[in-house]
Amino acid sequence: MSTNQSLRIFTRALASNETADAPTTTVKMRVTNLNFYYGAFRAVADVSLDVPDRRITAIIGSSGCGKSTLLRTLNRMGDLVPNARVEGDVLLDDESIYAPNVDVVDVRRRVGMVFQRPNPFPKSIYDNVTFGPRLLGVNHRADLDAIVEKSLRAAALWDEVKEKLHESGFALSGGQQQRLCIARALAVEPEVVLMDEPASALDPIATYKIEELMHQLRDEYTIVIVTHNMQQAARASDFTAFMNMNAQRAGTLVEFGPTKEIFTNPHQKETEDYITGRFG
Amino acid sequence: MPRDTFGGELANLKNQLLQLGMDTERTIGEGVNALKTRDRALAQAIIAHDAEINRVRYSIEEQCYELIATQQPLASDLREIISILLIAIELERIADHSKNLGEIVIHMGDEPLLKPLIDIPRMAEITQSMLNQSLDAFSRKDAAMGRAVCNRDDEIDNLYQQIFRELLTYVMQDPRTVNRALNLLFAAHNLERIGDRITNIGERVIYAATGQLEELNIERPAT
Repeated sequence: MSTNQSLRIFTRALASNETADAPTTTVKMRVTNLNFYYGAFRAVADVSLDVPDRRITAIIGSSGCGKSTLLRTLNRMGDLVPNARVEGDVLLDDESIYAPNVDVVDVRRRVGMVFQRPNPFPKSIYDNVTFGPRLLGVNHRADLDAIVEKSLRAAALWDEVKEKLHESGFALSGGQQQRLCIARALAVEPEVVLMDEPASALDPIATYKIEELMHQLRDEYTIVIVTHNMQQAARASDFTAFMNMNAQRAGTLVEFGPTKEIFTNPHQKETEDYITGRFG
Repeated sequence: MPRDTFGGELANLKNQLLQLGMDTERTIGEGVNALKTRDRALAQAIIAHDAEINRVRYSIEEQCYELIATQQPLASDLREIISILLIAIELERIADHSKNLGEIVIHMGDEPLLKPLIDIPRMAEITQSMLNQSLDAFSRKDAAMGRAVCNRDDEIDNLYQQIFRELLTYVMQDPRTVNRALNLLFAAHNLERIGDRITNIGERVIYAATGQLEELNIERPAT
């Protein structure tokens, strides 16, 4: 898909977005002609995608189609893989995150991440949340207390843990641990939150809580979620990107549009076949 | 294909809908025949058969809900199931109008027809043909064909207007004919409503095929 095509689809997507109270509909992140290589193997091919500001964008597609790889290019997590290489560009607020002078730590502060399995640090709930802010130099107890309460409230966990902030993060249930990880990600005040299958290890109730939380967070944050669960993408996202493997097994973007359109009337046959279960 | 079972259930449901459609189409012809021949036994049979049509409609409706709840259909599958559900409801209502024709026959008793029936059987033929065509369009997912069916509703509306004016002249000449004129007008009115319901089916065909919701039965100013 060319940049022009994706822009056109994006413009149409915004035009048909009926959310009257939408705070903004600008582009927060812009992926242009992105290719990602693991050594000689191209895992993502020529992806161009505009991530709308303060919206939830879901990336769906079958296993191995490059969803997580694409997600990781959005905060340069892919840099951590040996022999990996990125071509093309990713802009955050119109500025390249791959430019030579860019501070990668700052990129990862602005673009936070939540992973598939809850991974709290072996520390107290309080210390999990304050870990990032402390690294950034916040040391005053009152400031840290305020951050803990604000982040845990934003992650819809405060009421469940406020009496036991100094107990281990591991003492929480799986769903609570995942919300703790979200609180930890929010503590450094990111602008974008990337979620890589955040509910795949959770039971349905915990899953709905995460989805409900995402819905609350979208007023302030741009969210990009990778999910295998199409119903989750349909329920929880505003926009959906469908990726598929091309003949060389590289992930390409097949279609991007408003979620309600992708799931009721997709434009590409490949998308239709995937979401109706005709292949995949 | 990973979803053969679901595909089979959907195809089966579609077949049931087409069967219901054929059954409904037959009731229109029978209704007008009963009126033409004043066959009260046939009229009673049409009225009795309506219960069976209702039963099939509810059965289809229930199966649609089950598929939605258990299979979470999406995209064209979702549109097809929703369309089957709504078309089944339209078919049942069409059969209700046929049943009304039967009730008119019973109500008329031995009273002679006000005039020989010409336009009413013509209306019935057109609606039957439209209904067949709309079901054909649904089974082929052919939006253009669905739209073409709807365009024919004008023929029905024109015939209805013509019947209305003609019956009016009878009543004006001899007000004692009003009861017999109203019986025929009511029959024509039921056929006119059938035309509107087939237009609704045409809209569902277009939705199933393209995802576009279009209002095709636009009210035109009375002439």
